[in-house]
Amino acid sequence: MAVRQETAVRDSVTPLGATGPAPGPGGVWRRLRTRPAALASGGVLAVLVAAALAAPLLTALAGQDPYAYHGDLVDSARGGAPHGAFGGASGAHWLGVEPGTGRDLFALLLHGARVSLLVAAGATLLQVVVGLAVGLTAALGGRWADRLLSRVTDVMVALPMLVLAIALTTVVPGDFPRPLLLVLVMGLLGWGGVSRVVRARTMALRGLDFVAAARLGGSGRLRVARRELLPSLAAPVLTYAAILLPSNIVLEASLSFLGIGVKPPTPSWGQLLSTATTWYRADPAYVLLPSGLLFVTVLAFTVLGDAVRAALDPREASRLRVGTRGERAERPLEGGESVHVGTRLAGSGAKSADTGTRLPRTGAESPVPHEEKAP
Amino acid sequence: MNALLSGARFTAKRLVGAALVLLVLSVALYSLFYLLPGDPARLACGERCDPSQVAQVRERLGLDEPVHAQYAHFLQGLFTGRDYSAGTSVRHCAAPCLGLSHQNDQPVSTLIVEGFPATLSLAVGAMTLCLLLGVGTGLLSALRRGGITERVLTVLTLAGTGTPVFLLGLLLLMVVCAYLRWLPFPSYVPLAEDPEQWAWNMLLPWLTLGLFESAKYARLTRASTLEVLAEDHIRTFRAYGVGERAVVARHALRGALPPVIALGALDLGTMLGGAMITESLFGLPGLGRLLIGSVRDVDLPVVVGVVLVIGTAVVVANAVADVLHALADRRVLPS
Amino acid sequence: MTPRTAPGTDAPGTDAPDTDAEPGAVPEAGAVPPASGALVQVDGLTVDFPVGGGTVRAVDGLSFRLEAGGALGIVGESGSGKSTVAQALLGLHRGTGARLGGTVRVDGTDVGAASVRELRALRGATAAMVFQDPLSSLDPYLAVGAQIAEVQRAHDPRLSRRAARRRAVAVLDRVGVPDAARRARSRPHEFSGGQRQRVLIAMALACAPRVIVADEPTTALDVTVQAQILDLLHEVRTETGTGLLLVSHDLGVVAGSVDDMLVMRHGRVVERGPVARVLGAPAEPYTRELLAAVPRVETPRRRPPDLRKRAGAGTGGTRADGPLLEAVGVRREFGRGRDRTVAVDDVSLTVAAGETLGVVGESGSGKTTLGRMLVRLLAPTRGTVRYDGRALTGVRGDVQMVFQDPVSSLNPRRSVGESVADPLRAAGTLTDAEVTRRVRELLERVGLDPDAYHRYPHEFSGGQRQRVGIARALAPEPRLIVCDEPVSALDVTTQAQILELLARLQGELGLALVLIAHDLAVVRQVSDRVAVMRRGVVVEEGPVDTVYDAPRDPYTRALLAAVPVLDPVEAAARRAARRGATAEHAPG
Repeated sequence: MAVRQETAVRDSVTPLGATGPAPGPGGVWRRLRTRPAALASGGVLAVLVAAALAAPLLTALAGQDPYAYHGDLVDSARGGAPHGAFGGASGAHWLGVEPGTGRDLFALLLHGARVSLLVAAGATLLQVVVGLAVGLTAALGGRWADRLLSRVTDVMVALPMLVLAIALTTVVPGDFPRPLLLVLVMGLLGWGGVSRVVRARTMALRGLDFVAAARLGGSGRLRVARRELLPSLAAPVLTYAAILLPSNIVLEASLSFLGIGVKPPTPSWGQLLSTATTWYRADPAYVLLPSGLLFVTVLAFTVLGDAVRAALDPREASRLRVGTRGERAERPLEGGESVHVGTRLAGSGAKSADTGTRLPRTGAESPVPHEEKAP
Repeated sequence: MNALLSGARFTAKRLVGAALVLLVLSVALYSLFYLLPGDPARLACGERCDPSQVAQVRERLGLDEPVHAQYAHFLQGLFTGRDYSAGTSVRHCAAPCLGLSHQNDQPVSTLIVEGFPATLSLAVGAMTLCLLLGVGTGLLSALRRGGITERVLTVLTLAGTGTPVFLLGLLLLMVVCAYLRWLPFPSYVPLAEDPEQWAWNMLLPWLTLGLFESAKYARLTRASTLEVLAEDHIRTFRAYGVGERAVVARHALRGALPPVIALGALDLGTMLGGAMITESLFGLPGLGRLLIGSVRDVDLPVVVGVVLVIGTAVVVANAVADVLHALADRRVLPS
Repeated sequence: MTPRTAPGTDAPGTDAPDTDAEPGAVPEAGAVPPASGALVQVDGLTVDFPVGGGTVRAVDGLSFRLEAGGALGIVGESGSGKSTVAQALLGLHRGTGARLGGTVRVDGTDVGAASVRELRALRGATAAMVFQDPLSSLDPYLAVGAQIAEVQRAHDPRLSRRAARRRAVAVLDRVGVPDAARRARSRPHEFSGGQRQRVLIAMALACAPRVIVADEPTTALDVTVQAQILDLLHEVRTETGTGLLLVSHDLGVVAGSVDDMLVMRHGRVVERGPVARVLGAPAEPYTRELLAAVPRVETPRRRPPDLRKRAGAGTGGTRADGPLLEAVGVRREFGRGRDRTVAVDDVSLTVAAGETLGVVGESGSGKTTLGRMLVRLLAPTRGTVRYDGRALTGVRGDVQMVFQDPVSSLNPRRSVGESVADPLRAAGTLTDAEVTRRVRELLERVGLDPDAYHRYPHEFSGGQRQRVGIARALAPEPRLIVCDEPVSALDVTTQAQILELLARLQGELGLALVLIAHDLAVVRQVSDRVAVMRRGVVVEEGPVDTVYDAPRDPYTRALLAAVPVLDPVEAAARRAARRGATAEHAPG
């Protein structure tokens, strides 16, 4: 889900990084403010994150505990469906109770939000860190490092993450903490997209004149990377992370839904939904609440991510520019100008939740400099 | 002719690349699953095995051999088949042999072949629906830019991308089957048995997966079309009095669709590897469900086998997508 | 069968012959004899673009007329609104949010009021546009023949596919695409830049329009190819009687190709009249200023060279006799195996302290690669670059560079002061306060406000950015600066200012300069010596006046012959000379 196709512009004669003003933080905020949908999403997410952070406090205020079982609140004759309408909602249990166990659903949802968001955020962070490291190394570390790492990245991007994540969970001991396992699995499998974006960007930036100028001014590799490259990488990486986050939420939910992620009694939204297929007839409230919450959260993150992307890079919205190669080869031509034609690139989507696909790797993402042929 | 040749070279190169990736993948998977913590023999034998039984299983599966020999046997089994001996009895596993299931001793390849029809049914139907819906919506919203149509479609698409597939499936099940009772709860009927029942029972899974995937295609098609429409050559044909319909049909689509088609090829490959969630949700006995079941049962040969098959489908689809893309836009080809 | 039909008889879908729209309406086109009525008639045209909350007026009260078969040039610097005028003629502003005032009539059709159908009939069949960038202006996925055929069929649906293809081949042949029948099946990327522009012109000719609107048709091309394309346009005009409206920033391009011209500035006409009169005896100060800024290839450099020489000799520390920078047999290859190309092959050059060496060549000649090797941004595959007698093994502060593109040569995310300060900080010998003081000094020296320190590149114009680039190059106190196309992205008046600045700095600081450029006139105006490059090799080298006035190499001669000149009579003579020459080799 939250799949974003970033197609490269075909003519990448305009160098990247040089496309218009670099919006400062103020500019980004100004642009975000003009989008009501983004503001609303931001508001929803702020409330949600605050509630997740304050989950122990809020549950205590409600006088509940996510791990307190209430066998008396469920009807064992109906297979454990809660007594009463709306999933057993009452003054004590505001949103009803979990069928089968009678645990308080309000408390479960809040604590579930903690787990879901934490796992997604952790996985995103790990993906970004690994992706940055791999992408930068590939772009700056010489030809062989680039070949090797690009191949590995290709494989990582091509493989369906859900499948690998599921498979990997089999070889991990059962007592390993599940949320941490999810962060590791998702983080270590899902960095391919970030790495690609970083590599392509860095390669393009590296060929720009201001980098050459910095080198001429006596800046060493590290100084160039820190001063000239990283600031320009922040925007695309941030944008990409904003796409990854909701897709990671969905991935966690999907894994837990399949019974392979977070295991009870630890709650997460996906885990709560894992028994949904058996309960949606007897206790629809139990299914609808976590579903609704999950839907709203993912949607809000998606909308916000979209807005952040547009605000960070208004000119490049929905496109990823691929610039010229580091060393622009001049070839002897028959009286024509040399033109670098970037290939269309569709290489940087997040995976889809069901099949776990990423978007296609069509062509190479380093542009194929297509020198024209003289007739 | 030259283009054809370089096209063939490109295709060959991509296929060789795909084969290499698969080889690497198989090594990685093999080492991951058979060398990491946890004793595969114990897992295969089950909880109640005593040490001597475990040793027996280990010998039978060849797990007492050195790692590279094990992998060599695995590869050999893949291409020529191999024999598993248990005491006096010998069990032959025909090529392509991916090993025997710990659970029921069936060859993994048999299990995979059994699961394939359901997966294929789901993939083809869902993909068709998804392409029709996604490309249609995307085009419409790109061409009606700025209108109310676009806004409605944008909201719908956004909601679509925000809906995890299992939520969509659950919702459809609840509404269509439980409340409206328009359809019975789906249960898989093989196509060969009863085509009509097959179609009725597949309808909901198709809708679920197709709708879910179509949001992505709608966004891609829209972005891609808008991008092409903004290009200079579109301006050229407009400036030469070519009608808007012809500009879109002949020039915009030609540029906008290749990435969509490439993505379609890729997704189809992935779906052929099994759409786990949809299959689980609707009880389709496909590859995805096979994988999840084997993970729950810690049935390593099945896990490795299914993952390899899925990997193959994806890698081949990737290569096909690349080649399709190169055919559509020959500038990608090295000269 | 070439579409050499008489104008007005073959414009399907238009009510063509009714050309006499409003006789006697436009007195200011007095230069043109008001004979048969105007083909293009523009009255009080204004174009406003919505920007942010308000609007920007790109064209302000413009009027002109173009008679059938006439040729009109519109020149102006960037932002003058000249391209907007060209687009307005075809109604290309429809649906973009731009607001048009006044009237535009093309062959009797009121473009502003025309229906979509009428407009479509007008576009291509009556007025055909030739765009600037021929690569992006053609559909990359389709064979060029099919694209031309499509345009024809759009205007004449009865034309069979096959007949349209045949005609496409015929027009391609007409514009000098060799082996047209086969090449019609090639896609745009398989052509060279010049051939692609020919294809675009073929498309323009496909429906035998009454006027061709060419918007900077040669800006993306090399000078020799530019000459060929301009000759082609001229030939088409004289043979078919098609009118020509040529939009260009280059006075030389206009001088040789049209009869009358408009000079535009800020959306208004500054001066108009026959080319010979406007360029020969400009009445307006702005026109004079423009003309003064245009570097001439035919006149020797204006500055007495000895002043700068003395300044150069003044700086000590060099070994008195040897050259400051020396390239010895440098060669540079790119790629490996089958993909290997040689960008620079066995080039040897010297630059003495305080002198200016010009390096001139067309695209692909290897001049940029050579420049990058001279500052050691690129390592030569073979040969060495020596600075002050010792081989260079890496970049050093003494040898700096000014880059071509004022946009990409400054980091958009850093303030210009920080960019200039970077070499100083990297050296690490100055305190922060000293760095700031030095940067302010440098900014002032290149003619910028020292308070510009904290501003970002996008707040500056192209010329100002180039000044920042020069300040940055000066920061490490170099003895030599390689300028790679330092003015090619700038308007002609800005160009003159930057060249003047470079010359001044050279005089003050005793710098040696290597000026790499494709523009022969620019090189002549600032260089002491010049090297002409072609396909990675220096074909001719020597004192600048010797090379320009008595070129020995045939390539140098061809280059010089292709340079557009400001005198229309001279331009016609050169055209005739070129036609004689091209009879010998195939075009392209």
